[in-house]
Amino acid sequence: MVELKALNPIERKLPLSIGGALLEALDLGALTSLSPLADPAALSEALEAAHGVELPKPGQSTGGDDVRCLWFGRAEFLLLGPVPSDALAQNGFVVDLSDAWCAVSLSGAASENVLARLIPLDLRSRAFPVGATARTQLQHMNVSITRVGVDRFMILAFRSMAATLVHDLKNAMEGVAARD
Amino acid sequence: MRINCPICGDRDRREFYYQGAAVALDRPAPDAAETSWDDYVHLRDNPAGPTRELWHHEGGCSAWVVVARDTVSHEIFDVVLAVDAKTRGATA
Repeated sequence: MVELKALNPIERKLPLSIGGALLEALDLGALTSLSPLADPAALSEALEAAHGVELPKPGQSTGGDDVRCLWFGRAEFLLLGPVPSDALAQNGFVVDLSDAWCAVSLSGAASENVLARLIPLDLRSRAFPVGATARTQLQHMNVSITRVGVDRFMILAFRSMAATLVHDLKNAMEGVAARD
Repeated sequence: MRINCPICGDRDRREFYYQGAAVALDRPAPDAAETSWDDYVHLRDNPAGPTRELWHHEGGCSAWVVVARDTVSHEIFDVVLAVDAKTRGATA
């Protein structure tokens, strides 16, 4: 049997440090889409029993760096980190999306200004505090963005768009740095 | 133009895809008269004034929403989830 080696689609282009912003590739482990069958509370309880995090409210996330659960759209959540427990399938649809998305971390004092050039949302901490998440667009790409730290954002995009994601972020980072 | 998604809040129009008049919520019964089906499939009004339309929040939460807006003034009166509009009656 051939041993296949997992490759991160953007690892070779990163990290990039430009001005006050640092862009790094993230390896989040397993990514699992969760959609409640009928009762979201039942799925939330099963998730808490198995992985220690609740289902978040719209626009919110729960958990931390090891296990995180993002609100991921209407009646959809994304579990980041652990391989999902079989118990979850009793209360929801469980779909492995690990190879469908890629993730980057954008950090540093300039990160809000970088994202302001790309995303049509108010991402300042007053409107988008730590733990807040959104499905939105970065240029023309559908993304999920979460503020995971005071000056740190996690951005998920389709894996097939990984190079474009890095290209657009790099352009914006250079643009912000040029004005310093 | 901004659309106030019932799930995500106030969002830029670029996140939404326009589907057309919200007739899809008024699907006739399978045995309805041919004229009802003709009307449902082909005939659309083109009003200068208030309209009800289906938009898809494809760049956001993926919900279908019913937007009531004025094609003359561009004012948006109301945005509800299509699933809610369907439950409480399509003409609401």
